[in-house]
Amino acid sequence: MIEIKNITKVYKTGDVEYSALNGVSFTIKDGEFVAIMGPSGSGKSTLMHILGALDKPTAGTYFLDGKDVSTLSDNELADIRKEKIGFVFQSFNLLPRTTVLRNVMLPLIYEGINKEERTKKAEMVLELAGLDKQHFLHLSNQLSGGQIQRVAIARALVNDPSLILADEPTGNLDSKTSEIVLGTFQRLNEEHGRTIILITHEPDVARHADRILFIKDGLLVEDSSSHAKTKLNNKK
Amino acid sequence: MKIEDILKETYSALSANKIRTGLTMLGIVIGIASVIAMTAIGQGAQNSISSKINSIGANLVMVMPGAQRSFGGGPSAARGGAQSLTVADADAIQSEISNVAGVVREVSSRKQVVATGTNTNTSIMGTEPSYATVRNVAVDEGVFISSQNVLSGSKVAVLGPTARDDLFGADATGVVGQKIRISGAEYNVIGVTISKGGSGFGNADDMIFIPYTTAQRYLTGNKYLSEIDVSAVSSEASAQVQTDITTLLTTRHNIVDSTKIDFNTMNQADIIATASSVTGTFTSLLAAVAGISLIVGGIGIMNMMLTTVTERTREIGLRKAIGAKRKDINTQFLTEAIMLTFIGGALGVLLGWLISFGVSYLGILQAQVSLSSVLLAFGVSTVIGIVFGYYPAQHAASLNPIDALRYE
Repeated sequence: MIEIKNITKVYKTGDVEYSALNGVSFTIKDGEFVAIMGPSGSGKSTLMHILGALDKPTAGTYFLDGKDVSTLSDNELADIRKEKIGFVFQSFNLLPRTTVLRNVMLPLIYEGINKEERTKKAEMVLELAGLDKQHFLHLSNQLSGGQIQRVAIARALVNDPSLILADEPTGNLDSKTSEIVLGTFQRLNEEHGRTIILITHEPDVARHADRILFIKDGLLVEDSSSHAKTKLNNKK
Repeated sequence: MKIEDILKETYSALSANKIRTGLTMLGIVIGIASVIAMTAIGQGAQNSISSKINSIGANLVMVMPGAQRSFGGGPSAARGGAQSLTVADADAIQSEISNVAGVVREVSSRKQVVATGTNTNTSIMGTEPSYATVRNVAVDEGVFISSQNVLSGSKVAVLGPTARDDLFGADATGVVGQKIRISGAEYNVIGVTISKGGSGFGNADDMIFIPYTTAQRYLTGNKYLSEIDVSAVSSEASAQVQTDITTLLTTRHNIVDSTKIDFNTMNQADIIATASSVTGTFTSLLAAVAGISLIVGGIGIMNMMLTTVTERTREIGLRKAIGAKRKDINTQFLTEAIMLTFIGGALGVLLGWLISFGVSYLGILQAQVSLSSVLLAFGVSTVIGIVFGYYPAQHAASLNPIDALRYE
């Protein structure tokens, strides 16, 4: 459950102030698949950083699973990221010259989980993300773009997060692989009840989500939650 | 994060660029190896000098005549040139001073010596039987001078091995019983001493020993001694023996003004202490030069770590995004730096030991690797890892995850 109230973010460079978010409020329930859309410079990246506990808002509150994240220290934010959030990046950000399995395990290493357990978990989420078992011990630089992004999705799933944040996950992929990756997200949402937030500027990508939040000039200008509700109801 | 995982991360990071890791480590290897080898060589030099001084004789106090001074401030003759030590002085030392193990009366001079057609110019040491024990001289062939020889002033000679070689040819045997001539008088060779090694002045091998009474009668023509060697019962006692001799001889020679003392005493312990302080300074100097190369190696580590942090900015960003704390990143990079210096240090100790072994093996010097220098080298290399790894690790840990993830 994500509750954002009146979030603002102001950047200061010298004397110049730049306001990236001007009071954004919304609520995302567990199990929703939301796309945050907006042109570049709209503040959607800033919003993603705040949702991902990478950054703190200048004002406003952010409750994640009932906990106020907006006032935490750097170390506490790191714990939130470790336990509750899974990231998928546009540029994948896998460790080079490292096996697929070890890449996926990386978040668990910081949790201090022992080797057997984390191997088991990593294999499970890799299968969930749809990667063939034969690639598990390949090095990350031996895979294709689509495979790499599925490894990255598996890594985002491995800590069993409350929220998966995908920042332009198909930005570096061709349209065919994009479909496969987006299909993976949909499947995770529909079959496994994962909460997913997709940040994108492409309407084609956003269409895969159940609900679209449209950000422009640091404000939430459109929320298609009504449409999402219908879709959810149709599913039932 | 578990230690096992930190070590695994470190291993994969260091093995990612083996050539760079190897070259950076080489700086530390050379630094540590030179510290180990230099201190080992310095220690070896110190030991060798001490043992050479000890081979002169154990716990020795040497008494030599002072400079000859004429009354009224005339020119002073060379130190040791005075005729001030007598046989009676030596007798007094032997009977009146405690903790004396042995006293040797010596009359030395330099003469031309002739033997069956060959001749040489060498030191003639007029002495007595106690010389052999006090000065650690052993006889290889024949016998040393006896008390009977001294009492009767017989014309017998014991040759040092070098003197023997010069007179009778290298490693000549059957020398005992041959005759040599010193200053025109004929002497019977009764023995040859074992080589003690050494070179230069006072080379114990290039000497001919005769009874001191004979030397006084035929070579110097007077009743004086050129040196009295006293051996104390222990090295601790030698300083006291030295003081007692000075007091005794000052009284015996009726010296009132202490600046006009007509003899000198020298304590072997003082010579060793002086020599040790010289070699000690020398060792420190060598170690300091080697230490500089260690610091240069450390700077190499810092350079590599900073490059690594820059190259891996995105990786650091990712690690932070998935939950790594400042402390985790700091530990990771610090461990890399320490691991570099630690492995480098271990290889350096090995190389330093090999160099020391080589130096000893080639007979240049008996180098001695001390445990303390090995521990010190390990300690220093680890400290270097921490010192030069600290800044890059801090830099990495303080990166903002958002900026780091965007870094191109």
